[in-house]
Amino acid sequence: MARAGPPGAAMREPTWDKEAEVAATPLPRSETGWPDQLFGVLKAKDIRQVGYVPDAGHSRLIELCAGDSTIRDVVLTTEEEGIALAAGAWLGGQRAVLLMQSSGIGNCINMLSLIKSCRFPLVTLVTMRGEWAEFNPWQVPMGSIVEPALRLCDVLVYRADHADAVAGTAEAAIDLAFAGELAVAVLLSQKLIGRKVWVE
Amino acid sequence: MMLDRRTAIAALLAHRGPDLAIVTGLGSTTYDVASVGDDDRNFYLWGAMGGAALVGLGLALARPDLRTAVITGDGELLMGLGGLATVGVQRPANLAIIVFDNGVYGETGMQASHTRHAVDLVATAHACGIELALDVTDPSELQRLGLLLSRFDRTLFARVRIAPDEPTRVLPTRDGVELKLRFRRAVGTGAADN
Repeated sequence: MARAGPPGAAMREPTWDKEAEVAATPLPRSETGWPDQLFGVLKAKDIRQVGYVPDAGHSRLIELCAGDSTIRDVVLTTEEEGIALAAGAWLGGQRAVLLMQSSGIGNCINMLSLIKSCRFPLVTLVTMRGEWAEFNPWQVPMGSIVEPALRLCDVLVYRADHADAVAGTAEAAIDLAFAGELAVAVLLSQKLIGRKVWVE
Repeated sequence: MMLDRRTAIAALLAHRGPDLAIVTGLGSTTYDVASVGDDDRNFYLWGAMGGAALVGLGLALARPDLRTAVITGDGELLMGLGGLATVGVQRPANLAIIVFDNGVYGETGMQASHTRHAVDLVATAHACGIELALDVTDPSELQRLGLLLSRFDRTLFARVRIAPDEPTRVLPTRDGVELKLRFRRAVGTGAADN
């Protein structure tokens, strides 16, 4: 069988040094904030796969998942990959959670038919954009229709507007989704992320 | 040389071991795998185009004790081509992605796909970090790939070059809940609340 030998193959070694990447990421390391509490919920609820498209609002949680030996963190090129990933995980008996920004919901619409058709459990934690103190008007068209779009796809919508509600809301969503094989999205208000500072 | 798709799937699965789970892509590969004989360890996608590789990835990561083979078509893979990049980062040793590449969208009237024009899926897989990327073009290579399916120990990608024809459809159940439940039972996945 012929093997591919693309030019330049010897020039790079496709490895990913996760620890070095985590160590090099300059992030505030509050251990009491809502991302850390969310991580505690994921651990307590035996979440074993976390799919994500990189997102500033989820950066701390992604960092924590990447550094945990029992959670497989799966970086995605687009959010609908995470829907399929979660379905496969459940076929194999593992619980997955999908992290994304609200714009990603738009990318997921058709793939959500997999969840509904097979009644797979799904939990996604969605950081909202385009709803509060948004600098970038291009975030508004998708951000403003996230809730009705999810409901049209038969995804239950929970929402956390305050930091002290995040962990409890996520815990409730996870319990409901995996016990009942239902799809639940937890929308994390843009107020939790804070006003984005832009430098012109 | 272009292979007959039904002959090809029969050769690939002739030595299917008890630990081989299969995820098929929307369209002809679902009928191909069903044509060999329905099996509870087959998870057929009847939709979710572009998602087969990622369903396979989630399953392979969850069940390192099984081998997972994704068997899909060129059009289905092309819709989620970024998924190869995601698989290339994870590279589970128990995941095989096999693409029946006929260069056309058979379901919709045989329109030419990107592989007919320019895209080399084997080179793409290799460029995504999947080192074991094979181009299968004749019956002896096909037989070797079938044997490899019961003993591969790193992420495997194979393009099987098949003829663009449309054999009689073999239709497994379209009930997604039934497909999910019977698959989970067959591979020994625990109760629904696990």
